[in-house]
Amino acid sequence: MGAKALEPGSVGLVDTQSVRLFTPESPLQLRSGQALGPIEVAYETYGTLSPDKDNAVFICHALTGDAHAAGFHPGAKRPGWWDNLIGPGKPLDTDRFFVVCANLLGGCQGTTGPSSINPETGKPYGLSFPLLTVGDLVEVHRALMHHLGVERLLAALGGSLGGMQVLDWALHYPEELANAIVVAASSRLTAQNIAFSAVARRAIMGDPRFDDGGYTESSDHPDTGLAIARMMAHITYLSEDALTEKFGRAPQPGRGAPGFGIDFAVESYLDHQGQVFTERSDALSYLYLSRVMDYFDPFADADALQRVSAHPLRWLVMSFDTDWRFGTDHSRRIVRRLELGGQPVTFREISSPWGHDSFLLEVPSYHATLRTYLDRALLEVRS
Amino acid sequence: MSLRPELALLADLIPDGSRVLDLGCGSGELLSHLITETGCRGTGVEIDPDAVLAAIARGVPVVELDIDTQLDDFADDSYDVVVLSRTIQTIRKPREVLQQMARIGDTLIVSVPNFGQLGNRLRLMRGRMPMSRDLPHAWYDTPNLRFTTLVDLEGLFTAVGLKTHRRIVLNPSGRPARTGERLANLVGAAAVYVLRA
Repeated sequence: MGAKALEPGSVGLVDTQSVRLFTPESPLQLRSGQALGPIEVAYETYGTLSPDKDNAVFICHALTGDAHAAGFHPGAKRPGWWDNLIGPGKPLDTDRFFVVCANLLGGCQGTTGPSSINPETGKPYGLSFPLLTVGDLVEVHRALMHHLGVERLLAALGGSLGGMQVLDWALHYPEELANAIVVAASSRLTAQNIAFSAVARRAIMGDPRFDDGGYTESSDHPDTGLAIARMMAHITYLSEDALTEKFGRAPQPGRGAPGFGIDFAVESYLDHQGQVFTERSDALSYLYLSRVMDYFDPFADADALQRVSAHPLRWLVMSFDTDWRFGTDHSRRIVRRLELGGQPVTFREISSPWGHDSFLLEVPSYHATLRTYLDRALLEVRS
Repeated sequence: MSLRPELALLADLIPDGSRVLDLGCGSGELLSHLITETGCRGTGVEIDPDAVLAAIARGVPVVELDIDTQLDDFADDSYDVVVLSRTIQTIRKPREVLQQMARIGDTLIVSVPNFGQLGNRLRLMRGRMPMSRDLPHAWYDTPNLRFTTLVDLEGLFTAVGLKTHRRIVLNPSGRPARTGERLANLVGAAAVYVLRA
């Protein structure tokens, strides 16, 4: 791994850290009114917090991400999920920015979620875990920033569900952010969006091994349902052109007579995506976090824009022209609302063939925009 | 920062502290000046990707939208001033864009090169399309889609219900021309209009 650590542009070897941010005595008050504690949070940081603490950028991950955004874990062959963006000399230049990424509340990669042990019962929460909102995820991020000694972020940045957290954070606590960067996100899911989530949840809950959420105590998990959910969601993350370019109608190598197995390459790809996903994900987390998205509607709060007007911050909203999950219409709705509130908002629709997934990829004009915007943001906060 | 003479003139027409929408803002030079020097807030609209990036680098809020079709994203009466600087001749629907500007803003500032200027007329009489400092592009390589004289343009203002509060005729160097108003359409290389509905 030594060679990897020295690779230009890589933050090198990193470790996921963990901290208990809420306790049973001092729990998190959820927006639903329920209390939740303890809450452990898994997070990673890259770069160094400046003496003035003015260079912190918080990365909010999407539905199935984790705290490992950049660099390499010991022994790993693949870097973190946003390694193309974060590192020395990259748009999120870790020589200048202090970058923080944490696994979401409700997740399954080290942060407390529905498969965690409920200390009151000594058993996993399962479906007794409270329903969450985007705002609850943000409260845990805020607690982590306080723990790290950061009072005001240079920027919060996220794509998809990550962008929704950024939007909620900026609308509720505008004084805590200088910049909000919202990519391929939505301020209100459409019926089609919710419909896709509904099928994914039904696939999971209809798997007999789901056992009303009781599977966590057995070794037999609802992997079939979870894989189907992922296969379907994955289709919505890519454009039709992207699937055509990757696979076309290519046959699966070695296929025999036509049947109902994996006859086409695209089927093999989806099957692989589903299988890999079950190894790193959790059915309960998928249910809880997908539901979080369905209910998100921050502009329904009539005070949202008033709060922001009192504490100006800057906004960068971006969409991708082939994204049909949270396409440009979703981003323009966000822009219209912010415009109505008199916010200084920058908007770009980036041309990219890869659909919703583009936000994770190294699309040149997308990265150039982030680089230019972040460079300016640092300049302004120090002027 | 020193602005090009015409942008300085536009800046002088915009009251301090205004909220300004600059349609076709280019690299955001005017807005950057207004934001840093005169306490204005504002947004640029630009469709050229390189210009958008340049505006972001200046710290100017800029939205990448098509002026011809996407101005619906801006709410009624949401800006004090809407600027259309040397852009009306490049858009497909000047009438609709002027109507949108009147819906969005209180005051409209429009600047335009004058195809009716004497030099252009002489060039046309010699059988060549107008080219000048204000119209620097060859016919096959111009962003300009609409060719208007000041008189024609003022006819469109009237037709869409806009009243001209000020007209500043510019000489080829971008400074106010010292000619009589009567000869504006012949002498002016360009003009700046301050309009209200």
